[in-house]
This record gives sequence, C-alpha cells and structure tokens, in this order.
Amino acid sequence: MINTLSRMIRSGILTEQVSPANADAATGALQQRILRILGRALCIRHVDAGSCNGCELEIQALNNPYYNLEGVGIKFVASPRHADLLLVTGPVSVNMEEALKRTFDAVPDPKLVIAVGDCGACGGVYGKTYATRGGVADIIPVNHSIMGCPPTPAAILEAILQTVQSTGK
Amino acid sequence: MTAQIDEAAKRLPSNLPCRYTLTSAVEFRELAKSMRAAGGRFLTLWGADDRDRDGRFRVYAAFLDAAGLLVVEHDMHGGAEPLLPSLGEFFPSAVRMERAVFDLLGIRSLEPDHRGWLRHGGWPEDVFPLRRDFDSSAQFGMVSEPYPFVQVEGEGVHEIAVGPVHAGTIEPGHFRFSVVGEKVLRLEQRLGYKHKGIEKRFESLVQKEGHTLAARICGDSAVAYAWAYSAALEAVTGVICPPRGVQLRALALEHERLANHLGDLGALGNDAGFAFGLTQFSRMKEDLLRTNQACFNARYLMDFVVPGGVVSDLPDADPRSVLDRYNLLEHDVVGLRNIYDNHAGVQDRFRGTGTLARETAWELDAAGLAARASGVPHDLRADFPWQPYDKMNVNVSTQASGDVAARVSVRFDEVLESLRICRALLADLQAGDIRRAVPSAGAGLLGIGVIEGWRGPVLIALETGPNGSIRRCHAHDPSWQNWPLIEYAILGNLVPDFPLINKSFNLSYTGHDL
Repeated sequence: MINTLSRMIRSGILTEQVSPANADAATGALQQRILRILGRALCIRHVDAGSCNGCELEIQALNNPYYNLEGVGIKFVASPRHADLLLVTGPVSVNMEEALKRTFDAVPDPKLVIAVGDCGACGGVYGKTYATRGGVADIIPVNHSIMGCPPTPAAILEAILQTVQSTGK
Repeated sequence: MTAQIDEAAKRLPSNLPCRYTLTSAVEFRELAKSMRAAGGRFLTLWGADDRDRDGRFRVYAAFLDAAGLLVVEHDMHGGAEPLLPSLGEFFPSAVRMERAVFDLLGIRSLEPDHRGWLRHGGWPEDVFPLRRDFDSSAQFGMVSEPYPFVQVEGEGVHEIAVGPVHAGTIEPGHFRFSVVGEKVLRLEQRLGYKHKGIEKRFESLVQKEGHTLAARICGDSAVAYAWAYSAALEAVTGVICPPRGVQLRALALEHERLANHLGDLGALGNDAGFAFGLTQFSRMKEDLLRTNQACFNARYLMDFVVPGGVVSDLPDADPRSVLDRYNLLEHDVVGLRNIYDNHAGVQDRFRGTGTLARETAWELDAAGLAARASGVPHDLRADFPWQPYDKMNVNVSTQASGDVAARVSVRFDEVLESLRICRALLADLQAGDIRRAVPSAGAGLLGIGVIEGWRGPVLIALETGPNGSIRRCHAHDPSWQNWPLIEYAILGNLVPDFPLINKSFNLSYTGHDL
C-alpha cells in the first residue's frame, strides 16, 4: 500500500491542455462548454465497424492521464441508449453493416456521429469491395470525419469538441 | 515420412529456413500425421485458384518443426467442386482455416463442420471472392442467415449471447456462453465480423505497395506484418536489407511489443479491479508512443518498415536520451510488478483463473505468448533467429501454470527482455544505408516471410504475378490458433471472469477475420 501511494504521489497529475494554441480549450473552459451545450457530461458510444484496430488504440489513449477525457466531462458508455455521440471506426465491413445500423437506431435523438480515421472517412486502404461498404457516411448519417491513420488522440479530442460546438450554435 | 520429405524437398525463399514439397491427397494427410507424431506444429493453411494457369486449384499447408518451416502443397485434382482432405484430425486448429478456405475459394474440406466462417451472408453462397473470375468491384446485399450454435441441454442450463458490438472500445465478435448459474459449461465463438477482403485487395496492388496494406491487417502488429511482407518480397527478389535498416526494424518491432504489453498489463490490472494499474501503465504506454513519434515520426508505425529497409533514420539527437527513457521505463515496470505481485486482491483474481493446460496448448498448436505462459517454449526470435536476432540471444520466457497470472508474468518478463534488446541494438547500431531499392520480381515466385510479433508468429505468403503485380498474398495471424484456446480456458470459470481471461490472451479480431 505504501508503494502504491508513493507511486501515486510521485506520478502527480499529468493532464495536459487539449491544444496549447487554443487557450479556450483548456480543461476548465472545455468542461463549461460541454455543460453549456449539453447540460451534462457528453456520453460516447464507440462502434468498431471493421477497422484494423489502430483507431481503437488511439481512442483508448484518450482515457490515459495525459488526455484525461473523463476529467473534462466526456465519458465512454456501454450502451448506445446512454449515448449522445457515436464514434465509428473502420471501413464498414459487410458483416458489420447491420450491427452498425442497429446501434445507430438505438441512440436516442438528438444524436451525433463522428467517423474516425481514413477508413471511417472514405474506406481507406480497403476501399469498397465485396466485403466492405467504404466510409461510415455510406451507411449512416455522419456529422464529422477525422482523417489520419490512425488520427492522434489530440486530433480525435479536437474533433469531438468541434462537433459538439457546431451543433450547439 | 518427414525424413523422406526432407530428401525430396526443395527450398523456398524465406527469412527462415523453409522447405517445400508437393504431395498427393493421401501423402498430405500422412505427412500431417507424422508431423504431429514428431512434435511438429501446424502454422497455416491457404488456397489459390490457378485454373487460368493449369486448370487447377491449389492448397498449401505450412508447418513448423525443428528444421524450420515446411510448406506442403496438396496436388489437387478435380474440377468445379474441389475437395480437400481435412487436417483437423491431427491439428484441430486447421478446421476454422479450412472453413475459411471454403468461404473464399469454394474448396470443400472433408470435415463435418461446414458452417460459414467468414461469410455471414454478405455474398451469395455459390460465389467465391478469391477465385480468379470473381469481379472484385461486385457488391452484394446482406442476407442474414441463422448460425446453428451447438446447444447444451440440461436442468438449469441457459445461454448468454454477447456481441458482436461489445461494451467498451473493442473489436466486434460474438460469444455464446452456455451456463449453469454463473458457471460456464461451454463457450462457442463466432468470428468474421471484420472480414474486409484483404487477400483479394492485395491482388489489385503492385508488389512495391503491398506493405501498406500488410501493415493495416492488424493495427497493433503493423511492424510485424510490414516486416513479414517485406521479408517475403526481399526473399523472392534476393534483396538484402542493409544492417542498419535491419536493426531499426528490430527496434521498431520491440517498441511495438513493449507498447502492447504495457497496454495489456494496465488493462489486466483494471479488469482485476485495480484501476491504479491502468492509469500507471497507460501513462507509460503514452510515453513510449511519444518516444516513437520522436524516433520514428509516428506513434503507430504503420508505414515505417518498407521492402528493402525502413523509411527514416533515427533523429541526430543524443541516443542517450532514448536510453534514459528505457531506464526510466524499466524502473517503473519493476516497481509496478512488485505492486501487482504483492497486491492480494489482484493476485486473487489472477491466480488459477482461465487456466490453459499444457497438453491443451500442445494439442491446439497454441502460438506465441499464450503458448509460453502454458509451458510451450516457442519463440521464433530464439528458435530460428533471422537478422538481427542472430546476434541478440533472445531469452524465451515461460510459465507453467497457464493461468492469467502466468500470462501477466510472461508479459512482464518480455517487457524487460525487449528493453534489453533495444539497448543492445542502439549500442551496436551500424553506420550506413537504411534502405535498398527493391526491383519487381518475375511472375510465378512464391516467397514466405515469418516474424515473431508480440502475439506470436505472423506469416505472409506472397506469390508474384507478371509486371510487378501480386498474384496471391496470404496473411496469417497467431490469433487463428489462439482463439479456440479461450473456449477451453474459460471452462468452469464464472461469466464475470471472461473479460479478464479474454484480455489476458488479447487476441486480434481483425488479424483473424482479414
């Protein structure tokens, strides 16, 4: 226990500002913005519709202490029924098309969708084939796409904020 | 039998010692049987449509034994409905691969289980995408088909269906538990949800571009796959990667291994109810990814390894700064291991959970980390060291208990071993080029690349076509062997322990589904 506590103390608080260039994106202001727009925390449901798993790794990184997503009032939820926003990765595989549509339908209105990564945006290196449908927008309505292979956690976080903000106006 | 094969065998171009032989249908099974008896392992199985060339289909099986790789071609006759003698009797892990070969090529295995594996109804059942006459731009509507899971009957037995979409940021797959109360009597997996037609996609690329797709077969093993692809192409063209390029490839591969192990160690702590572990290890993983950004210009090394070498050299900055980061990481990992080992709650969840017996691991050809945690000491970096591992004397870490604790322990050992290898690579870094030009290979050559990724051996079998094209490219992930292991490791455990057990294997869906 002493070991655990001493390591916690030595680690300290590592959370960084989202974008140093954008003072408005500092964590406190960010949290206020989300609360102003949504009236509560932003709940995200992630759906992997056929990715190579690279985007998932960067989405998971959002929860590490540097990006500290939960610290700014954004959390990942287990059920689409609890979600405000769907984060979708991958070129949509034929075998996942139905599951993606059903998940989208299960999210209550008003809902937002972000397509993550080159594949989510346009199908990426896999293109459109007998096994893939291409980008997420070909299957469900998409509010915003993030390019990158995979996009960095900072890029994903910025895109989430922009999407929320543009909807709030 | 294998001695006779050895005499008759030709050599195939590969980064590992690799023999090749052609067998009749009877010999194909006989050879598998003698391989099993001699302690050989089954690696992969793939098919090809060569009807445009000589009117035949082909099926290849790859084995590993004490002499290295053995690729066996089944001399297949028969026209529209080719048949394949099943290897499932000797190597149960072959059955799912045989089902996949049917879905993609229409080569029917003489195995009783004919349920679709990769085909969920997304293309008609009489259409086979890997055949030459298949129009690759064709798209079909989904026709959902029922999948007959094996039913378990008895008083109080009921089923729990999970997935394909899971709670959390993870890949899609379906699990069907048959349980009494919370105790698992049987688990049946259904995969294939992420099938992206990668092997067909390869055929529309040229040889020099194939590595970009190979790196995206499985995002957490990008270096391993890109290296395996490059090794296959280099083997058929006779190009040798310069020493510095080879060392940088190994550095990148070990960084990939480190990042994944750190991520898993954190997630395993979290699944055992110790969120502190997740926080600490995810911090260390992020630090390493930022080191990747500084050293290789990318957090994830999708396009770092290319045929002939690597794309960029290390920055000119003082290499000691990287060594300092290794020292810091090692200090942190040793401290965390001490905390995990002495935490009663964590150990209570780890020990005796999800046990995979050594005999089961042998029988099912367990690969990589999962095998080593059950006392099967295979690691290609030590067994058949290719450059630069021939100078590394890699220590293979094993455990006997085969439970979650064993897989955690192997990960800790491998983190420390990878750090040792990284230091040695940096200390011995050769001057000179990092890349050589790779010409296009002539048509009709088959080359094999095999790399020990962090999960186990990944394989690329590349057959060249005319004018620098790719005729056929087969990719194999160790998850093919290891997914069935979980169906055994879960038996008798509680349903709530499944996330922990599943995480302790951390298998790839995308690498398996292709």
